[in-house]
Amino acid sequence: MLHLVLFFIFAAVCVGGAINLLAQRHPINSALSLIVVMGSLAVIYLLLGAEFVAAVQVIVYAGAVMVLFVFVIMLLNAGVEERIAHGSRVATMLGVPGLIVGLVIGVWVVSRLTGLDKISIGGPSVMNGTEAFGNPQAVGHLLFKDYLLPFEVTSILILIAIMGAVVLARREE
Amino acid sequence: MVPLSYYLTLSGILFACGVAGFLIKRNIITIFLSIELMLNGVNLTFVSFAAQLKSLDGHIFVFFVMVVAAAEAAVGLAIIIAVFRTRETLNVDRVNLLKL
Repeated sequence: MLHLVLFFIFAAVCVGGAINLLAQRHPINSALSLIVVMGSLAVIYLLLGAEFVAAVQVIVYAGAVMVLFVFVIMLLNAGVEERIAHGSRVATMLGVPGLIVGLVIGVWVVSRLTGLDKISIGGPSVMNGTEAFGNPQAVGHLLFKDYLLPFEVTSILILIAIMGAVVLARREE
Repeated sequence: MVPLSYYLTLSGILFACGVAGFLIKRNIITIFLSIELMLNGVNLTFVSFAAQLKSLDGHIFVFFVMVVAAAEAAVGLAIIIAVFRTRETLNVDRVNLLKL
């Protein structure tokens, strides 16, 4: 019961933050609402027993990545988003509803063709996040034994990304 | 006790918000934030299926998604800075020429 209440509270915060991201015109407000979304997602990860992922979500996503975003927004002095009025009226009026209808039809067709709608998930099998099986020790064992090569490849990827960022953002003389 | 479908619905809502922001926003930084929102929705799907299947592989995959997202954010923001330096704008409608 407590899990359900906590889930609904933080899911509401999550959805509210996501909608606020769309509603705000200034990028700094959007970035701050994305931080709210990431923080409440970390709590939801904890409800699912994923302790390591929740910690990494707070440290890497809500911490490092969003600080980078806020830093760039401040650096570029980004103002309120301007709208250039052009494009057809029909696309403006019908774009989003048409996209939603198309997506729903697509999902329906795919689920009928592949039989996905026959699988019932979440029925009798319920999650009680009491057993925290995603603690850092278990994840670390898996990461450094079975997934050692992909882990090392990600370190090279990060290194390349750092060098690429430096080269791209450097002022040309 | 929360059924799995609730988590999947939440991640679907987050992903849809990300897609909508990607399509309707005109500021390049906000578009980038929408991509991050989509990645978060997908991460929630991975974690909830990992909890359902009692398997840790989903957590590992979320870790890799986060690494790739961090690398993407670093490179993408560098590109945004480079674009802003040459164009003096963040509006994607004004960045419509290949040459300067």
